[in-house]
Amino acid sequence: MTELKVSAIKEGTVIDHIPAGKGLKVIEILKLGRLSNGGAVLLAMNVPSKKLGRKDIVKVEGKFLSEEEVNKIALVAPTATVNIIRDYKVVEKFKVEIQDVIEGILRCANPNCITHYEYVTTKFYVISREPLKVRCHYCERTMEEEEILANL
Amino acid sequence: MDWTGRDVISIRDFSKEDIEFVLSTAERLEKELKEKGHLEYAKGKILATLFFEPSTRTRLSFESAMHRLGGSVIGFAEASTSSVKKGESLRDTIKTVEQYSDVIVIRHPKEGAARLAAEVAEIPVINAGDGSNQHPTQTLLDLYTIKKEFGKIDGLKIGLLGDLKYGRTVHSLAEALAFYDVELYLISPEMLRMPKHIVEELKEKGVKVYETSDLEAVIGELDVLYVTRSQRERFPDEQEYLKVKGSYQVNCKVLEKAKEDLRIMHPLPRVDEIHPEVDKTKHAIYFRQVFNGVPVRMALLGLVLGVL
Repeated sequence: MTELKVSAIKEGTVIDHIPAGKGLKVIEILKLGRLSNGGAVLLAMNVPSKKLGRKDIVKVEGKFLSEEEVNKIALVAPTATVNIIRDYKVVEKFKVEIQDVIEGILRCANPNCITHYEYVTTKFYVISREPLKVRCHYCERTMEEEEILANL
Repeated sequence: MDWTGRDVISIRDFSKEDIEFVLSTAERLEKELKEKGHLEYAKGKILATLFFEPSTRTRLSFESAMHRLGGSVIGFAEASTSSVKKGESLRDTIKTVEQYSDVIVIRHPKEGAARLAAEVAEIPVINAGDGSNQHPTQTLLDLYTIKKEFGKIDGLKIGLLGDLKYGRTVHSLAEALAFYDVELYLISPEMLRMPKHIVEELKEKGVKVYETSDLEAVIGELDVLYVTRSQRERFPDEQEYLKVKGSYQVNCKVLEKAKEDLRIMHPLPRVDEIHPEVDKTKHAIYFRQVFNGVPVRMALLGLVLGVL
């Protein structure tokens, strides 16, 4: 079975159905390389998947993802499912979703946007999910996927 | 329609009904002003004009509009004479100024500054230009001018000429024109094309859009030619500006091919994109356009103050 290729975790989060190749980006966005609890992070890349053809999986020991973090993942891995694991069992499972409004996660790609100069929480409206496109609430500039990924 | 307390930040916040409401209010006030010479609607109200960037027309016409409504004006015309120079944040400047006034008009070099100001302030905020983003009151006076000249906006062929990349007035104007049944000719040097996302949006809204670098090829089609200058201050470097400087100019020779009743508009200031010889032709309406800034801004001030 696919899941057995990397060992099971006792407590933590399994992020499944990450589009193939985006697993490292997920780790980077969630800053999992620097977990303060010393938990292990397992990454499986290019795993066969019925749904996606190929997928990446990230398992994080001892960390339960907050809603805000889930939103961050949704931008790079809109297909991801999140499993919360306690005592080796899935106690909670949810699909990540790109919300209509993204607050406080993204930086605006426009260097002249007021959000880079004043104390303000960034806010973007999702104007398209496929392909991903957002508009800054402040400067009204639109950002496409590549710029969004570079500014998470 | 009750506009009391409303902010005027972006044409995106407007519906077609909103635009028409402002235009008809401006028309009413222009008539009233002509009859009475002076109005008293805003008596006892104070407008604060915060100009962090230079301006002649926008600031003076806002101030004129407030005076003509019977109100008074405070403010600064450049950031260097305010506490901004000492490092005060925009947020704190706004929180301070709103203690002294009933409505704020702001121009700022950073995009999104007016939106932030509106969120911070309890009193209404009007955007008089935020970086290369929006300049909604210019757009409303442009629409007012077109409507006054032709009696309508629908059915017109409108050319936008010049710096379509950095010019905020053409961005706002194009977005507003998308509410109407118009054909848009986007005429610019290759380097100064209208941003792709705006062109796409226009097409999505059903506007017929033509992009070209050749003014002479299309001028015979146009009812309105809206000319803008190169936004030198917004170019990332001087070299890029120099490459396009002087690459287009409207002069009497170009106008030989124009329709009899072509109207030429310009938000001003101009540099060399319209030759002064054009000023005396019947096509030139840019100084009438300047006049229209006052009734339109009177309408906006009066509406957001809730005094009309």
